Amino acid sequence: MIYDTFLFFAGWLPEPARTVSWIVVKILAIIAPLMLFVAYFTFAERKVIGYIQTRVGPNRVGPKGWLQPIADAMKLMFKELVVPARSNRYLFLFAPVLSLAPALAAWAVIPFSDTLVLANIDAGLLYILALTSMGVYGVILAGWASNSKYAFLGAMRSAAQIVAYEIAMGFALVGVLMVAGSLNLHQIVTRQSGGFWEWYWLPLLPLMLVYFISGVAETNRAPFDVAEGESEIVAGFHVEYSGMGFAVFFLAEYANIILIGALTVLLFFGGWLPPVEIAPLTWLPGLFWFGLKTFVVCFLFLWLRATFPRYRYDQIMRLGWKILIPVTLVWIVVIGLGKFYTPIGFIFS
Amino acid sequence: MTFLQFVFYLFSAILVFAATMVVTVRNPVKSALYLVLAFFSAACIWMILHAEFLAIVLVLVYVGAVMVLFLFVVMMLDIDLARLRAGFTRYLPVGGLVAVLMAIEIALALHIGFNAEPSRAVSALGPDASNTRVLASVLYTEYVYALEIAALILLAAIIAAIVLTMRKRADHKYTDPGHQVTVKREDRLKIIKMDSEKPQAADTSK
Repeated sequence: MIYDTFLFFAGWLPEPARTVSWIVVKILAIIAPLMLFVAYFTFAERKVIGYIQTRVGPNRVGPKGWLQPIADAMKLMFKELVVPARSNRYLFLFAPVLSLAPALAAWAVIPFSDTLVLANIDAGLLYILALTSMGVYGVILAGWASNSKYAFLGAMRSAAQIVAYEIAMGFALVGVLMVAGSLNLHQIVTRQSGGFWEWYWLPLLPLMLVYFISGVAETNRAPFDVAEGESEIVAGFHVEYSGMGFAVFFLAEYANIILIGALTVLLFFGGWLPPVEIAPLTWLPGLFWFGLKTFVVCFLFLWLRATFPRYRYDQIMRLGWKILIPVTLVWIVVIGLGKFYTPIGFIFS
Repeated sequence: MTFLQFVFYLFSAILVFAATMVVTVRNPVKSALYLVLAFFSAACIWMILHAEFLAIVLVLVYVGAVMVLFLFVVMMLDIDLARLRAGFTRYLPVGGLVAVLMAIEIALALHIGFNAEPSRAVSALGPDASNTRVLASVLYTEYVYALEIAALILLAAIIAAIVLTMRKRADHKYTDPGHQVTVKREDRLKIIKMDSEKPQAADTSK
């Protein structure tokens, strides 16, 4: 029906142009709501942390502060873009784009419900892993191109941290891959059907924790936000950015948080499936369940930030290399042996 | 020219351009970034061949990990552009010779090894076959010993690299994390009781 409406408006186009513009329409249908969620996620963050710290948070712009993100966006858009005099101009302006592009491109393979997916590709999990690993370039380049010591320190910290946590994250995904027997995100979710106790969070409990912790570290969020580290290096890699350049980094960070939330839900919490597969719950659309679960995981990010102080840098490295990676390696062996050599192998399938 | 051919030539042009820039651009950081672009374009060309596993792994391993570490090191360098400009013509004959040799080798390999049909090996599977599954089943059955030997060599390299960094410094202020987490309040903090003191009246006589 939507496609018919599209044909009504774009039917006059010749064939390749029509397909391409239909894909562009689909991309917009993902990006536009995502940007809206990102805007209101920043609002939610300030409100939630406000209430956790017994404040009210922003409440001046619009009714109960609901127009605050709009005001923030307006302010950032019309602020002057200052490029430091001795910076590398092109790379300086290119870095925020390089940070946002992978964060948005990864959404192409996310299945929002049983039928709602832009590209249902075979190697979806690998694609996600490859794209999330590219986000670090924006941070590194921003730090280097700014030609500033604080920014450079932030970039170096971020590079080392992301490389460390990416390994743990990759191994956690290997566990999911072994249990599901597929790299396709749609299949990974359908293998988890059967309600709450069939979801992968239970057989893969250590991997789920490792994945979530690595996700927090990969997105440079508190308590792992040493790349920004206000108390030590002012604002880290984006200290020289103003206006829209800063805003794009901000967008990328929050788009990545929602992405990690969505992936945690898809891989460990049954994606769009309802927790109990009985009548009134199964009537609700899959998009609702997917959205609800993603909101819960994203709320954890805010909760963590309001609760924990920042890690010391050497302890971040110790946690990544000496705790999370060994845990994943042991659990991969447990899955492999359990699945093929023990009578309780059905747990891992 | 079909759309696929257009895409192929587009990515090839970007690849050749990026590869040229890697060796001609002066700034090592920019050179590393052009290498990233070259890897990315090569991955896109593999994607056209339906070799999606290889393409994504190229991005994951080389772009996502190896080049990040490479940039990490290169950014630490003290970049002296004048000195970098000097060496280009001196290394040109050797570099050119290596380039010609490699071109000949690749041409021979493509012509003899693949019988001038380089895309046959991948596309014979058909569009629906899962690339990853087929690759894994060959890798872990037919080539399992070669794979294990390669893995052992890499493991040895990892251990060697870690051993090289293991040196004790006399002035190293290392604290044992196990000790740190067991520290109690009493070890660090002493609360003493004392009587309140009457503040001295300010001396205003002067």
